[in-house]
Amino acid sequence: MIQFDQVTKVYKATQRPALDGVSAVIGRGEFVFLVGSSGSGKSTFLRLVLREERASRGDVHVAGRDLARLASWKVPALRRQIGVVFQDFRLLPTKTVFENVAFALQVIGKPRHVIDRTVPEVLQLVGLDGKEDRRPDELSGGEQQRVAIARAFVNRPAILLADEPTGNLDPVTSVGIMKLLDRINKTGTTIVMATHDQDLVDQMRKRVIQLDDGLLVRDQARGVYGAGV
Amino acid sequence: MRVGFVANEVGIGLWRNLSMTVSVVLVTAVSLTFFGAGLLFQRQVDLLKDYWYDRVQVSMFLCGAESDAASCATGAATDQQKQTIEADLGGPELAPYVEQWFYESQQEAYDRFTEQFADSAIVENVTVEQLPESYRIRLTDPSQTDVVVAYFAGRAGVEEVDDQRDLLDGLFRFLDGARWTAWFIAGFLLLASVLLVWTTIRLAAFNRRRETGIMRLVGASKFFIQLPFMLEGIVAACLGAVIATVLLLTGERLLVRGYLAERVRVADYVGPADVFAIAPWMFAVGIVLAAVASLLSLQRYLKV
Repeated sequence: MIQFDQVTKVYKATQRPALDGVSAVIGRGEFVFLVGSSGSGKSTFLRLVLREERASRGDVHVAGRDLARLASWKVPALRRQIGVVFQDFRLLPTKTVFENVAFALQVIGKPRHVIDRTVPEVLQLVGLDGKEDRRPDELSGGEQQRVAIARAFVNRPAILLADEPTGNLDPVTSVGIMKLLDRINKTGTTIVMATHDQDLVDQMRKRVIQLDDGLLVRDQARGVYGAGV
Repeated sequence: MRVGFVANEVGIGLWRNLSMTVSVVLVTAVSLTFFGAGLLFQRQVDLLKDYWYDRVQVSMFLCGAESDAASCATGAATDQQKQTIEADLGGPELAPYVEQWFYESQQEAYDRFTEQFADSAIVENVTVEQLPESYRIRLTDPSQTDVVVAYFAGRAGVEEVDDQRDLLDGLFRFLDGARWTAWFIAGFLLLASVLLVWTTIRLAAFNRRRETGIMRLVGASKFFIQLPFMLEGIVAACLGAVIATVLLLTGERLLVRGYLAERVRVADYVGPADVFAIAPWMFAVGIVLAAVASLLSLQRYLKV
């Protein structure tokens, strides 16, 4: 699903590469934790998958596409196969829960009857049925993140990227979010989650890819957060 | 869904940024008014030309007994000189230029003069002998008067060759000047409105960076993301063009029909139909400039 082959990314302003010769293959339906300290290259990894950035060297393949050769007008089609969730939720404060989720479908031109059918389904999946008409500021942090996950997942993407999704949440709420992501993973969606949350990683026992200063230092099936460092 | 959604986004954008929207509309309206006024001046000149050029002629005044021009040194024009002139007027050399000519005797000139100035005391002081004989020449192409004037000017027996177009050309030059002045002002104001649209779209893009960021991530197309912003600029420009059209119609009603047409009945004047005829140009200029300004602004300030 996601294939990095000797990928190096150097940002213009800096000498040191943000990613340095990283190779990894993430298969369909996998759940992968991306761990490492701040500045280790986790976000760059996710941005390369989204083609927010292009690799300086090496090849990135996502969902069967060679991103180096992907024409810019085809990038939206790529992104429709990828859902993204952020630490800060990024909800639209003036829209209701329903509207926030529906927005993701409206802007890619889905017809109303599709929206009216799929949005309630996905809200039920994330456990927010009954709260459709609330605005983000009327929700708890955990609920807001559930809205963000619903929005990322409503178009049934093949890949879900999560960048520190529990970073702003307390441990109990974080567990709830993790269970939700696990449930989404069980539908066959590939999940890549960048995180600092040691307890979660240790509990889940999923594959762990660890980055340090742009280098891939560990790729371990059923790993824990700190092992090998 | 799409149409409704985009229309909604455009409405929200215009409303949220109301003061900027109003300034874009007003500046565009004023600039397009000047642009349209220039177009109307041009149409007025064309109307006047159509009207007057059909009527202008070249008048060739012959020497009288008391003429003091150099070509009249030998006194009043002789019959032989007149015959030569008439032969030339009907000759092959001037045939392409001269449509029609006639001779006006001193008596005919006096009759016309007394008729023209019937109410004036000046008639009592003028005698038949004081008015010159003349040839009145109408041209096939009124713009070719120079040829005829040059052909006869300075010839013995001819006191003066008078091109009536010279008088009109003064008027036309004035109207042309007015037109270019209007366009000059319009140019400056259009530049201002382009910069305003640019800034407005930039602000709008900044205000909605959250929305556009999400649109990008969920895979909305570049066109779909940019469309509402471009439409905002275009809608504002169209409102400006509507106001400009209303202003020109009002101006035509008050100044042309209400004032000039009442007092100076020299020719046809531009009317409401002319304003409507140039309105599409005002819309086109407004829309194109707004679209280009929006697009350039988006290229710069909206990452897609």
